[in-house]
Amino acid sequence: MRLLIKNGLAVKPDAVVKEDIYIENGKTVKARKGFLPDETIDAEGLYVMNGFFDMHVHLREPGFEYKEDIESGTGAAVAGGFCGVCCMPNTKPMCDNPAVVSYIKERARQADNCKVYPIASITKGQRGEEITEMFKLKRAGAVALSDDGLPVSNGNVMRLALEYAKTVGIPLICHEEDKDIAADGVVNEGYNATIAGLRGISRAAEEVMIARDVILAESLGAGVHIAHISTAGSVEIIRNAKRRGVKVTCETCPHYFSATDELILSFDANTKVNPPLRTEKDRLAIIEGIKDGTIDAIVTDHAPHHIDDKLVEYNYAANGISGLETAFCLAYTYLVDGGAIDIVKLNALMSANPKAIVGLSDESAADFTIVDVKQRHVIDTSKFVSKGKNSPFNGRAVVGKVKYTIVDGAVKFKDA
Amino acid sequence: MKHLLGLRELEVSDIESVLSLAVEMKKILKQNVKKTNHLSNKSVVTLFYENSTRTKTSFEIAAKFMGASLSGISVAQSSVQKGETLIDTGKTLDALCTDVIIIRHNVSGAPHFLAKNINASVINGGDGMNEHPTQALLDIFTIIEERGSLKGLNVAIVGDVKHSRVARSNLWGMTKLGAKVTLAAPDTLMPEGIERAGARITTDADAAVRGADVVMGLRLQLERMKSGLIPSISEYNEMYGLSKRRVGLADKDVMILHPGPVNRGAEINGDVADADNSFIERQVTNGVAIRMAALFLLTRGNNPI
Repeated sequence: MRLLIKNGLAVKPDAVVKEDIYIENGKTVKARKGFLPDETIDAEGLYVMNGFFDMHVHLREPGFEYKEDIESGTGAAVAGGFCGVCCMPNTKPMCDNPAVVSYIKERARQADNCKVYPIASITKGQRGEEITEMFKLKRAGAVALSDDGLPVSNGNVMRLALEYAKTVGIPLICHEEDKDIAADGVVNEGYNATIAGLRGISRAAEEVMIARDVILAESLGAGVHIAHISTAGSVEIIRNAKRRGVKVTCETCPHYFSATDELILSFDANTKVNPPLRTEKDRLAIIEGIKDGTIDAIVTDHAPHHIDDKLVEYNYAANGISGLETAFCLAYTYLVDGGAIDIVKLNALMSANPKAIVGLSDESAADFTIVDVKQRHVIDTSKFVSKGKNSPFNGRAVVGKVKYTIVDGAVKFKDA
Repeated sequence: MKHLLGLRELEVSDIESVLSLAVEMKKILKQNVKKTNHLSNKSVVTLFYENSTRTKTSFEIAAKFMGASLSGISVAQSSVQKGETLIDTGKTLDALCTDVIIIRHNVSGAPHFLAKNINASVINGGDGMNEHPTQALLDIFTIIEERGSLKGLNVAIVGDVKHSRVARSNLWGMTKLGAKVTLAAPDTLMPEGIERAGARITTDADAAVRGADVVMGLRLQLERMKSGLIPSISEYNEMYGLSKRRVGLADKDVMILHPGPVNRGAEINGDVADADNSFIERQVTNGVAIRMAALFLLTRGNNPI
């Protein structure tokens, strides 16, 4: 199988160059005369980016197939330009044992959309008490560990997990939230929470846990990756830690740089997410953190839900945004079109950086995302491939559209 | 008006039409035969997800005086206990030809969410910590009845502002009508950023009350102590309770208001609640007039009054 992508603007690690890309048997190969492609994509005027990689999604299978399954979730991934995703372990049964890791990999192979790398839990049952069999999980194919959705509340358990994970050589991804400080909050604490009468979650709930884990990692010489940061204070804590040489990396999500808690005034539960949408000051600080390299990766935290889980009173609604299919257009609109970063940097944030954090790097794999950065469109959640239509961005006008997603040399998505 | 969800989004002219109509409704309450036919052939349902004595009864009496066909859904005995969602309950009420649903709900925004998804008119009878519009309208009505206007009046609202939908609705309504509102609470009971909504805020209850034309106490839910927001009722009463001494700092003609139910000895002392300048009972009577006015306006469609 040979594929030729011609006339495109190839986004390289440090520049954009106009070049044709030759793909054979799933790998990129050198340009050569007499290359007879089975398929040719004319990418005139389009950017050919390194395939997007999302290190933080929820595919919901096994156990919550009514919200999403591996086939629909990976379908949404390729529709959003993603060639690979890491899926979080809060399934049912939970991905805290090698059997579930193997099951997810097998189901992903059958779905045959994008590559799927399971993340197993840090503690058994995400109960925050005993650490999981990290060696066995890694051997089964888990690329990282996380109790995402829940913090590891007990500081000593976290400390031991960091130490053991360092021994195993597997990254820990930490959902940072002090549940006592967050109390029963449902939105960001501040003016909008006050005038909506909704209970607020203090930024401190996120920040104190980041501070704790940064200090623990530093004291052990261990690495730690901080999930979905949302506040100005979180950016500052991590910026300082990096300056000191702590092995900390972090990620944020498009909704933290594309939206603020003003959206909650509609009482629309599609605005409910954890961590919550913050303020304009936080949004700008997140963008600044992306610019200066404090934030390493953009992830979606794709959290698809059935409409029944969202069409209820705000407090009772599930947290989360279906994000795979809006990540690129939001990132392009608010970061590149907004003038904060260029497309080279965006590509690193959505591909090379997250891959490096979970220890993946196959330079020759022919994973490409071809995008049109001039195409303006309006987000329409009813067109999502994902089963989860839960997004606060329905109706938002954006610029930038994924045209093709190529995984191991095969076209897995083509924009109609 | 299609719905009455809160005073934050209400225009001054809408507030004024409810208030002026309530003047007429109050006259009916004073008649020997307390009866009008304004709501005959209209179906009104109360849907209460939270306990209430005075608000529910007040709405029921208002609807009955106006000849409505009235049903009450008490959540403890309804399909909600079998797992029915709010929207499904609302759609069922639509199918039962309901004109007005009066909802009280412990979750902020639940009435707005219901209103968006059904055909009947919705009156917010109190939602979470968000709003309690008819309570604020009756408070405002009581002040105007006594003083003629809210313009330029200093209103001190003292107590658990953070959890109070009454405080929020009053802040929106009173500032729209020209009053200067001061909120007083310890920082643990003051919601972040409320000053941006046009309030002056202070942690000093004496300072808030000094020279005020109206002083409103807010109910302190006793479980607040367990959650660590205040150390004890006794300390709270001393620092934020409406005592004779504290109320004495206000203007000599001060009006004392309280939305009830009253915790004597917590947020207000008995001698203040029962004093001649306490309007707590008048507030209850005026509540019926306000709710009659609201029911009237919502069942008129777009026709002029």
